[in-house]
Amino acid sequence: MAAGPGGLAGSTRLERAFREEWGAVVATLARRLGDLQAAEDAAAEAFAAASVTWARDGVPPNPGGWLTVTAWRKAVDAHRAAGARWTSIDPQVLGSVAADARTAPDIAETDMTETLGDDRLGLIFACCHPALAEDIRVALTLRFVAGLTTREIAAAFVVPEATLAQRLVRAKRKIRESGIRFTVPSAPGRLAERLQSVRAVVYLVFNEGFASSSGSSLIRDDLCDEAIWLGRLLHRLMPGDAESAGLLALMLLHASRRAARLAADGRPVPLAEQDRSAWDSALIAEGTAVLDEALVLRSPGAYQLQAAIAALHAAAESFEATDWPQIALLYRALARVDPSPVVEVNRAVAVGMADGPLAGLAVLAPVLASGALAEYGPLHAAHGFLLEKAGDSERARGAWKRATETLDNAAVREELLRRYVEPLTERNPGPGVENGDAAP
Amino acid sequence: MKYALLIYSQLNADEYGAVLDATRQADDTDGPWVKYTRAARDAGVLVGAEQLTHDDTATSLRHQGGDRMVTDGPYMETKEHLLGFYLFDVDDLDTALDWAKRMPTHPGQTIEVRAALSGLPWQRALAD
Repeated sequence: MAAGPGGLAGSTRLERAFREEWGAVVATLARRLGDLQAAEDAAAEAFAAASVTWARDGVPPNPGGWLTVTAWRKAVDAHRAAGARWTSIDPQVLGSVAADARTAPDIAETDMTETLGDDRLGLIFACCHPALAEDIRVALTLRFVAGLTTREIAAAFVVPEATLAQRLVRAKRKIRESGIRFTVPSAPGRLAERLQSVRAVVYLVFNEGFASSSGSSLIRDDLCDEAIWLGRLLHRLMPGDAESAGLLALMLLHASRRAARLAADGRPVPLAEQDRSAWDSALIAEGTAVLDEALVLRSPGAYQLQAAIAALHAAAESFEATDWPQIALLYRALARVDPSPVVEVNRAVAVGMADGPLAGLAVLAPVLASGALAEYGPLHAAHGFLLEKAGDSERARGAWKRATETLDNAAVREELLRRYVEPLTERNPGPGVENGDAAP
Repeated sequence: MKYALLIYSQLNADEYGAVLDATRQADDTDGPWVKYTRAARDAGVLVGAEQLTHDDTATSLRHQGGDRMVTDGPYMETKEHLLGFYLFDVDDLDTALDWAKRMPTHPGQTIEVRAALSGLPWQRALAD
């Protein structure tokens, strides 16, 4: 597997820029060659050439153009050497590629930068194609759009590198052989469906970092950053798509609470007790601004609703002073757009804060009765919270205990155990873990 | 690009026989599959289509060692049976999947979409 530049952990601004070029070069070549493997190989060779040539002669005036044209030439060379290995490549396209690269690199450069936005989007749409398994969509996107190495992705998702590399090879072959195109779908219905898949992949990366259950926290934070970077890219390329803006806003607003989510000793801090001065005001401002942009487009959806909920939390002076009635209404709207028992759990907490614990327990009752979320820790945490608030400490304790048995995040589990189950406290806790409130 | 849309069903041989009898008797010239086939033909993407007998009545020829052995039955006994296919010539997987989605299938049926290879030496014989 060819290595992309840069590292996941502690990547500098320069590395980030370098990796952005990587994604751009792969996108341009993939679009023209119809083959991700060939694009990757050529891009890797171009980057290797750059590290030698630039060190000797200095960085060229248009590094991106230099890399793309060099990669292009490498692709043509490889094609000649391999004969007709890439059967899916239209010989006409290859002819024009060869002509451009040989005689008029400047023209090729202009042509390539003009269509770069489309190329990037086309690559994203191909990597997130619903005909690919969800976890491989995530890996492809991180590898080819965000420019992470296979090793970095394997570490982030705690899978053996060789296994991941093998799955990527298979996915690249499927894209080539099954006729998945590196283009933006033109039919409106299809575009909407495919965009949904793209957003889901980005949000999956974010949640893997934000609400993680495994892996080191450093890698987790980086996954959040990657997801936000992808979200910014998607928003920049599709500024008129309200839900993509909503997704970016949601991630920014959740990430703003990152520093306050863990105590100095690594214990998770519930939303109710977080030091709100530690919330990142720049991220809150950006997230709120992006959400405002989205709402103007008047095309509401699940991401915008969740972002609006996060924005209300971000704007509140304290947990108690939060606009709970509004949050309860937003959860009701969310339940209509995207009904799920998880949304009902969150709505129950909001209703409990707005209209009292008994009203909240009434919302929770059908979810508990259905048994659909019997193994979902945040359900029991919310149950415990509402029972405690209603003055039923005995049953609250039972719910907390159930929560500790079902949560798969060890740190959160230990914290719940320490607080609520072992010594039964008299104080009124927040709604357990923040994850329960944050992520439907 | 050519795509085979393979139609799999969980009907056993008896159930399939009953469905076929009913279909023949109804002789519906404007039923959902008739409409679907007409739409594909009119769109100019239909290369071919066949409905098969149940794999319960299949005969398999196994090449083992130097011998070719005739056996009674399908290649593999499975719960899902390949009962027919459409062959389309469309631009990409998305378009092929759209045609698969438009099929008037019943719950329990599965459409497997497979791209066909092109440019292979033996395929030149088709054009001769």
